[in-house]
Amino acid sequence: MPHSISPETDNQNMDTVEETMADAPAKNDESQEGDNDITMEETNTLPGVVKEEEKMDVKLEEILAAADSDDEFPSSAPEPVRMNAADPEVMRTFYQRFFPWRYLFQWLNHSPTPTNDFGHREFAFTLQGDIYSRYNSFPSADLLRKDVLRLLPSRFEIGPVYTTNPRDRKTLRNSSAFKPLSKELCFDIDLTDYDDIRTCCDKANICNRCWQFITMAIKVVDVALREDFGFKHIMWVYSGRRGAHAWVCDKKARTMDDQKRRSIAGYLEVIRGGAQSGKKVNVWRPLHPHLSRSLNILAPHFQEDVLEAQDPWASSERAEHLLSLLPDKALNESLRKKWDSSPGRASTSKWADIDSLARSGGGSKNLDTKALLDAKQDIVLEYTYPRLDIEVSKKLNHLLKSPFVVHPGTGRVCVPIDTRKLEDFDPLGVPTVQGLLEEIDSWKGDDEDGSEDKAKNLQDWEKTSLRPYVEYFRSFVLALMKDERDPKIKREREEGQAMEF
Amino acid sequence: MLRQDINRIDPKRRNVVDYRKKQFAEPTYKETEYPHRLNFYETPPTADITLEQFEQWAIDRLRVLAELEACSFRNYSPAETAAHMKPLLEKYLPLDSNSSSSTKLSAERQKDHYSHFILRLAFASTEDLRRRFSRVETTLFRLRLAEDTARERNAFIQSLNLDWEPVAEDERNKYFAELSATSGSRKGEEETAWYKVDWERVPDLVEARRVFLRAGKAYVPSKELPSMVTAEFTKRLDRALELTARALPRLDEDDRLTPILDHLSKNFVTPDAGYFSSAVAGAEITARNIDNLSSHFPLCMQHLHRSLRRDAHLKHYGRLQYSLFLKGIGLNLEESLIFWRTSFHKITDDTFNKEYRYQVRYAYGDVGGDSNRRGGGSSPFSCQKILMEHPPGPGEAHGCPYRHFNLENLTSLLQQVGVSDRSVLQGVKEDKENQKFHMACNRVFEYVHKNELKKAKDEGIMTAAELETIVHPNKYFERSYLLKNLGKSNNGDDVKMEGF
Repeated sequence: MPHSISPETDNQNMDTVEETMADAPAKNDESQEGDNDITMEETNTLPGVVKEEEKMDVKLEEILAAADSDDEFPSSAPEPVRMNAADPEVMRTFYQRFFPWRYLFQWLNHSPTPTNDFGHREFAFTLQGDIYSRYNSFPSADLLRKDVLRLLPSRFEIGPVYTTNPRDRKTLRNSSAFKPLSKELCFDIDLTDYDDIRTCCDKANICNRCWQFITMAIKVVDVALREDFGFKHIMWVYSGRRGAHAWVCDKKARTMDDQKRRSIAGYLEVIRGGAQSGKKVNVWRPLHPHLSRSLNILAPHFQEDVLEAQDPWASSERAEHLLSLLPDKALNESLRKKWDSSPGRASTSKWADIDSLARSGGGSKNLDTKALLDAKQDIVLEYTYPRLDIEVSKKLNHLLKSPFVVHPGTGRVCVPIDTRKLEDFDPLGVPTVQGLLEEIDSWKGDDEDGSEDKAKNLQDWEKTSLRPYVEYFRSFVLALMKDERDPKIKREREEGQAMEF
Repeated sequence: MLRQDINRIDPKRRNVVDYRKKQFAEPTYKETEYPHRLNFYETPPTADITLEQFEQWAIDRLRVLAELEACSFRNYSPAETAAHMKPLLEKYLPLDSNSSSSTKLSAERQKDHYSHFILRLAFASTEDLRRRFSRVETTLFRLRLAEDTARERNAFIQSLNLDWEPVAEDERNKYFAELSATSGSRKGEEETAWYKVDWERVPDLVEARRVFLRAGKAYVPSKELPSMVTAEFTKRLDRALELTARALPRLDEDDRLTPILDHLSKNFVTPDAGYFSSAVAGAEITARNIDNLSSHFPLCMQHLHRSLRRDAHLKHYGRLQYSLFLKGIGLNLEESLIFWRTSFHKITDDTFNKEYRYQVRYAYGDVGGDSNRRGGGSSPFSCQKILMEHPPGPGEAHGCPYRHFNLENLTSLLQQVGVSDRSVLQGVKEDKENQKFHMACNRVFEYVHKNELKKAKDEGIMTAAELETIVHPNKYFERSYLLKNLGKSNNGDDVKMEGF
């Protein structure tokens, strides 16, 4: 298999690479026919997604339960012995052949030539056996890549740029000279925070129905960051299992101190309070423009993705929670009576009942319609508004998992989400590292009848379903670099004029 | 005060002497004038004062600041703080308005000015002191700004000459709906003016969603101006403190000022700086015994304990708050690990070791960075910290029940732990409504321990100082345990109590 040795492979790695490759075909023999189809469906065609989804649900649970039988879904379920996503050899191949080092470097460096933006940046590795290694830094992308290939971390995280090289932090005379300078503003949305309102899955499991919560969250946060705060370079990244991260990369965002980060986080945070605090949405009237805009975005999702898809008030227990959020006692009484008499009434109808009963005089005599409307708005917000893990956003020195690393549990690559095609994003169709290895092997099959030299010009990731994601990342990085460059030129010009004065 | 270029030498400082005579000349400064009651403390004082004045003025201001900080610990509202501070301010740091016909205007303002700068020297040395100083100074500034008359306040704000861009008429019409949604005023009254500033200038208004934002600009209604001025005050003070800290080593001072400054900063101790507790004498503090001891825990910790027993799990901040508390009552690291391991009985050893063990060890300073290990881990959370930081999110059990629960859940939790007296519950309800969470907690404490307290007072075992308001969960435990074991205490314990 000549193709399997990538051009970058250095000699010392040869043996191990061949080992991996020796494993891979053996696996393909078992299952290649069937799963190629599935892989194609997953990534390219929408109709396949629905069918795939059910299978995937099962699959995720299996991974979690560490079940060892995976005959049924050989394509993407990790085989416990040979093809575990966290297997060092799988990781080696992934980092060697698929990981977009160059763009990662340009993204963090903001320029093609190495600067302190990259050199003083902290990287934290999660090594085999759950050893966590912090304060690594690298002068260039090549050295980072080399070290990653040496250590084979199951994942790595990106921290802030520091005043000095993080590796030298202990040599400084006073520790206060070592402090974080800048980092992208980050957001983390996790589906586990929706457990009290989603009915389809819980804990680490997700399906396309509850993924809609993330879709709504991205829409709301993204538009606020762009319109209200004027940020332009916002990248959303699938976190590999059950959530999404945002990286706001504008220079202005990167250099914000903790206080400013906290105030953005506070501006965006609406759902507050723990399990015991009762009503979780407490907002002033009239609604702040950000909230009324969010309501407009969220209202259709509430109908479709919450009321219809989640049926959140099907059980009388959960319906009781809905009643606890409504202000009028008499109205609640008549609603309760009505719902008790027809068990199994759909949430959509229950939601409609509130208004119809209120209109037909089911409430108390002096029913406060304004309060009822406000309460209904609050309920829409409670069931749709983004639930951010706010700690991630508040601190300059918080670490966040790098894009394009592999989630060790699911094997999925943390790919960027194209917000222009947000609705089409399918978290269960994201390439897995195992799938990528197979794709690259089967690509060889195409190659045999095609042109040999074309293959040489292609990067490995271009031969797989990772391609659109890397290309999106590249265009994002290029736009960012362009913006970083421009002001410099402008400043030079201004200085030139000043000289003439 | 003119707004000036930072790089330019202050005109007042400009050297007016012939440079050849410089080293022999007396420095001459322009007399500082105080046209306004308030001061941004931009220019340091230059006139001579006596050493006694130096010390006395600083101590007077310190009294005021310490009391202000105490107000914030007690969670007073701005109005309550103002009422509480009024007599103190009049006594120690009076500051009359221009309109008052006081003859001491200039002297008062001079004292205010000088004492601020003396304390700046005293509190610039460490990060912690700087932060607290800036916080209380800001509170003081806000307080004074609020009680200024509108005319003088406006004159003062004008004199600051901050570069705020007024919003033009057409833009105001364009965003009419959005702007009126944030002004918070009823329909009748027309908002007079709006100012457009970078949102970074008003982070607190942004955080509270009290301004309209568009493309990175915040549209601030004129009634929010004081808050902007305050933010600006804090910003400049923080920067100035940084600079002072850097200049301090060069103060190279003889033995006249340095001892005074040292003494001042030592007197500004934090009430919540740390709770250095050792085990309460006689108590058996082991993992097995926590269930028994939990009846002495304050409500926040009892709730955590109950949640832990119910779910066999706690989320991150819950574990942090609870494990530090347990550390504070004297549970050592080994016992703590046993406690957490047995409490999380639904997970495997492997998961526990991987995901939870580290955090417990970190809390004890067993692992982590150099400073963490040297400091013996973090200190137990005070009420202040529990009330103010990290309010609990969905599924989380930490925080203060008096603050973070709604009334029904709070009442039912209280009833579950055996507090069902109507008058106590009513009192707690009122405390909660008035945001006096400490009061509520102390009220419950007094109810639960009413017999023991009476006995302690009658027999004079505990002095009044030992029975002051509890502002730390560990204090709650300590006092509760000692009170409940009053009868059993032998002489050895009495000695112990003297010391604590």
